[in-house]
Parts: sequence; structure tokens; C-alpha cells
Amino acid sequence: MTTTHRSLRRLLAGAAVLSVVAVACGGDDDDAAVTTTAAPVATDAAPETDPPVDDTGTMPTELGAGEGEVNLIAWAGYVEDGSTDPAVDWVTPFEEATGCQVNVQLGNSSDEMVQLMQTGEYDGVSASGDATLRLIAGGEVAPVNTDLIPNYADVFPDLKLQKHNSVEGVPYGVPHGRGANLLVYNTDLYTTAPDSWGEMFETDSAAAGSVSVYDSPIYIADAAVYLMSTQPELGITNPYSLDQTQFDAAMALLEQQKGIVGQYWALYTDQQAALEGGTALAGTTWQVIVNLAKANGAKIDAVKPVEGATGWSDTWMISSKAAHPNCMYMWMDHIISPQANAEVAEWFGEAPANTASCDLTADPDHCSTYHAGETDYWTDVWYWTTPEETCLDGRTDVTCVPYTEWVNAWNGLRS
Amino acid sequence: MRALGRFMRRHRRLSLASVLGAPVAWMLVIYIGSLAFMVVSAFFRLDGLSQKPTNELTGDNIKTAFTTWTYVEVVLKSVGVAVVVTTLCFVIALPAAFYISKVAAPWARRGLIVAMLLPLWAGYLVKGYAWKAMLRPGSEFGIDTGGGFLNATFGWTPGFGWIAVVLAESYLWLPYMILPIYAGLDRLPPSLLDASGDVGARPMRTFRSIVMPLLVPAIAAGSIFTFSLTLGDFITPNLVTEGKVQMIGNLIQRTLGAPNQPLAAAFTLWPLLIVIVYLAGMKRLGAFESI
Repeated sequence: MTTTHRSLRRLLAGAAVLSVVAVACGGDDDDAAVTTTAAPVATDAAPETDPPVDDTGTMPTELGAGEGEVNLIAWAGYVEDGSTDPAVDWVTPFEEATGCQVNVQLGNSSDEMVQLMQTGEYDGVSASGDATLRLIAGGEVAPVNTDLIPNYADVFPDLKLQKHNSVEGVPYGVPHGRGANLLVYNTDLYTTAPDSWGEMFETDSAAAGSVSVYDSPIYIADAAVYLMSTQPELGITNPYSLDQTQFDAAMALLEQQKGIVGQYWALYTDQQAALEGGTALAGTTWQVIVNLAKANGAKIDAVKPVEGATGWSDTWMISSKAAHPNCMYMWMDHIISPQANAEVAEWFGEAPANTASCDLTADPDHCSTYHAGETDYWTDVWYWTTPEETCLDGRTDVTCVPYTEWVNAWNGLRS
Repeated sequence: MRALGRFMRRHRRLSLASVLGAPVAWMLVIYIGSLAFMVVSAFFRLDGLSQKPTNELTGDNIKTAFTTWTYVEVVLKSVGVAVVVTTLCFVIALPAAFYISKVAAPWARRGLIVAMLLPLWAGYLVKGYAWKAMLRPGSEFGIDTGGGFLNATFGWTPGFGWIAVVLAESYLWLPYMILPIYAGLDRLPPSLLDASGDVGARPMRTFRSIVMPLLVPAIAAGSIFTFSLTLGDFITPNLVTEGKVQMIGNLIQRTLGAPNQPLAAAFTLWPLLIVIVYLAGMKRLGAFESI
């Protein structure tokens, strides 16, 4: 029965994202010998594909030729080859330059990405902070030699070597960019923009009955962010670091929210359809969904409410079992190159990771709109991270609720 | 060659084994084996940080899956939906099959059967999305969204909830109920009906005392399809309720995706047990002679 479920599930995911799953075939497929532009290629390009490794045996010290393809797990909108919008394409130039054909499997949640990476069939993943630690702990991903990624030098310093993308000063992947989960609202219903998550949590909300909620345990943190403002006596200082009392308060709020929910969305296309159809009037969203729905005529807009928001700081990581490590290194360098990083940041609606990208965005104000360089802006954006028993906010007198309990609680809420 | 043939004829069992051996082995290894592996994996403890199963054994997953009320509630609701869907399918299928088999003109029969089976040709997802489109609620908060077919035509729709699940599932699996009942009716000797009439039974009495008892195995066979297909479905419930309704399949999928493979395996034991019990019950009604 499990097998049936899984294959049907693949089918569903496949059908829903048909246009993006199959990626164009550029470049010469048969000829694996290629010219790379950015990544340094070993001059004695031997036919061997395994690159030399350092003393620890985990990191390559130089890159060989590309292997002809690379298999990625990515968030929707991170790997665009022009099939969604002909003008949105940073994959084809990569394929032409490196000969690495890009195959992408979309992940709909961090949980799904962890599960997919556990199969060992992929070369790399665009992991959010709540997946990265699990992937590192599980040995799914390998440390990265950033000397082989020239564009790493231009990444914003406050994104490098963070708790979610490194272990003891060794980077596990390269920062992709960051953004906040936004409050999307119907502009027919809200003639003035709402500025509080209360629209999604309070039973007297104008959108009651038509609230659209992200269907993942990590959404419990969104309730915690709201409680940080509305119930300061709970003493929540980090929405991913909740003791039992704080956690119970968040679950009670979500239980209350359940009465006004119109949709729990797991596939981004489901929310997009509900926004376009007008059945979702307020919800938690990603900028890219807003862009896609607006392009189809949805009367919506999105804001970051006053309470702050959850968000993401994503990292491209390489699998410890990567079959195409050279191509994966080339991809990591490409996706944080000034041009590609500017394009993906603008398309997805997030702040780029590369400092030089800000000069290359089509909208010259993109970086200021998304506060790319403003450290202050990001203080009330809580990047997804994995809750652990050891409280992340430094408290030692209590234990915090670990992520497995978040999963159970979310299951209970949704049942 | 002739010697081999003679040898085989003399040793019937051996020839049978050589023919059926491969498929049976395939059944045992691939099907039963993977089922057994799933049961075993329900006993592995999950490592909280990496979310991978460890080698340690524990009964906690089984305990969680079978004693937590919220999960038991999901199972009960799923069984409830499966029962309602099966009943609905039966209520619709019986007169439909009876009409095709006994009332309709012979020339129309084939066309009617094709019409009944036609929905099976359409994709499962297409039908799911079609129901979602039909059930879509209309305007809210003064914003006219038009709504779906039901709302536009009748001014009312059950919306995206349990009723939507029952309607969509009944539609999806109805042909699987009609076919066995039609076949059962077709096998019914007309002479029995004539004999019943000859001894003075009215049509209703004939139906109750002659037709129905003979149809029980066919109905039981059809119900196996509608019941187990509904119980295990998780795409349609998710699709036609905007994710608001959770059935046992959704719970398994969600847990598998968490990822918590051992607990998901423990949840899977629920439908496994229910279907085994159901099959045992249906076997007593003679369903397997009628498939």
C-alpha cells in the first residue's frame, strides 16, 4: 500500500507541476567534455569523474569536467528554464556553458526535501534552514570547499557561516537568498492593506472562512510570531524555541484559527488557484505565488505585517552521495553568480545572496524593496530552522519542544 | 520432447509447479515480502535529529498509532466515509444494473454498459479536479466568485467538506459496483424468475426472495472495491476539500513526508487490518466466487 501511495503521490506532484518538472535539454548531451566559464577546470582533465578530495576525504580540492547532468531538488521558482515564462531562464545559459543538463524535482516543503534527499538519488538541494540541520545530522550532505566557488566571495557576510549552514566553521553549501513569508490579501475585500497577522488568526477577521494556511508543521512558528506581539507574557523570544507552555499556546491559537480556515495548502499551485478563484481572501504566502497569481489577474497584494514574519534563508547543498559532483559545484557557483542570483531573487521575490546582484536586477530598486543589505530589516524575520530539545534561545532551565513533536501536534491539529 | 511430455503428464504437480512457480514466487517475495518489511519497519525508532530510522526497536510507534484518540478518530471517520460511499454506490448500482440487465432492450444493453464504464476512461485526477470545480462555493463577503456548477445552477453547494469527499468517491468507484452486480444479474437464470411468478409471487416478492439472495456474493464483491478504494484514497479527499479533510491515507502520506517512516508504517497497519477483516467478512458472503 505504501508503494502505491508513493507512486500516486509522485503522479500528483508530477501532474501539478508538469510544466516545470521536465527541463529543457540544451547543450550537447553526448559530449561530456565541456567548457566551463566560471568554475576552474582541472587542466589535466582526465576521464575520471571523481574529483580529488582533501585530507578528510569529504571535500574536493579541485574540479574535474562536468558529468553531463545534475539532478536538483528545489523550491518552485528556483530553477527556471523558460518553460514557466520565456523571459525567466537562468538554466539554459548554465547548460550551454557547462554541458550539465539540469533535471529538477520540486520540493513542496522542507520535510519533503529531507525525504527526497534521504533517497540519495539527487546531487543537491536548495534547503531552507529547517531542513539543513536535519540533512547535516543525517549525513545526507557534504561540506563544501568554497575555494572552488569563486562567487562565494561576494555573498553578504551576514549570510555566511551561520548556524543553519555550517558546522564549526565549515560551510555546508552556499547561501542562495532570503525572504519573508508574507500576508497575502484580496484587494476587493481589503481596500486598505491589512498590517497584522490577526487577519489570519482572529475569528472576527474580515476573511473568516477564507483563510489560506501553509500546511506544514513549521507553520506553528507563524502562530508563535503572532503570540510574541499579542501575548508578551508568554515570553517567547524565538518562535522555533518554544517550551511546552508556549507551544501549547501556539497550538491553541492554531486550533482557534482552524474555525476560519478555507484552505490548507501544501502545493503552491493550490494556493495560487485559490487566490485566482477568490476562494482564499487572506493567507500566508511566498512572493512568487503572488507574482504568478497576479499575472493571471488575481486581485491580491502582499505585505509583511507589523508582528514580523517567519522567513527563509536558503542554502544550496551538495549530496554526500552526489553522482555528478562537478556539475553540482558548477551549479552552486552559477546560482550565486551576480546575474543568475539577481534573476532568481527577482522572480522568487527575495533578497539576493550576492552583493553584486543588486546592480543587475531589472527593477533597480529590488534590493531596497527586499532590504537585501539592511541588517535591521531581518531582525524580525525568523528564518526557518529545526526546533530542538535544547532551546535555541539560550534558555537552559527548560527543555523545548523538538521538531518531531511539532510534526505530531500538526498531525493532531489537522485530523 | 515426447518423453518430457509423458513425464509431465505423469507428474501433474510438477508441471503445475513449473508453470505457476515464477508468479507465485513473485507474489511471495515482492508483495508479501514488502508487506512484511513494512510491518517490521513500524518497530524501528526514529532518530529525532536526522529523522532517519535507527536500528533500535520500539513499540512506541504502534502505541501512538493505535491509542492516540486523534488518530483513532481519523481512522473511524475514514471507515465511516468508506461505508457511506459503499452504501451510496450500492443504492445507485442495483437499480441501474437491474435496468440494464433485465429491462432494457437487448440492442440498448451494450450501449448502456459502455456508458457506465465510460468514466473509467477519464483520468483519475481529471475527475477529481472536475468535482472540485463543480463544488466550488460562490460569492463571499460581497465578492462574486461565481462559484462552481452546483452553485451556479442550483444556488447551493455542499462546499469543500466531508460531503464533497463522499460525492467524489462515490462517483469515482461506482462502476466497480455496477459491473459485478450486472454480471450477477446476468448469471441469474430467467427460469427462476418465471417459476417464482408461476407460483404466484409478485415482482417485489420475487426480487426479495429470489434475486437478492442470489445477488449477495456479487454485491459483496463490488463492495470490496468501493470500500477498500475509498478507505485508501488520499488524493481525492485532499483535492476536493482544499486539504481540510484528513483521511487515513492523508495521515500516512503526511507522516511519511515528515519524514517519520516508522510511524507511517505503523499507521499503515490500520487499513491493512481493516481490509483483512472486511475481506474475511465478504468471503463468508461468497464474494470471491463472484469476482
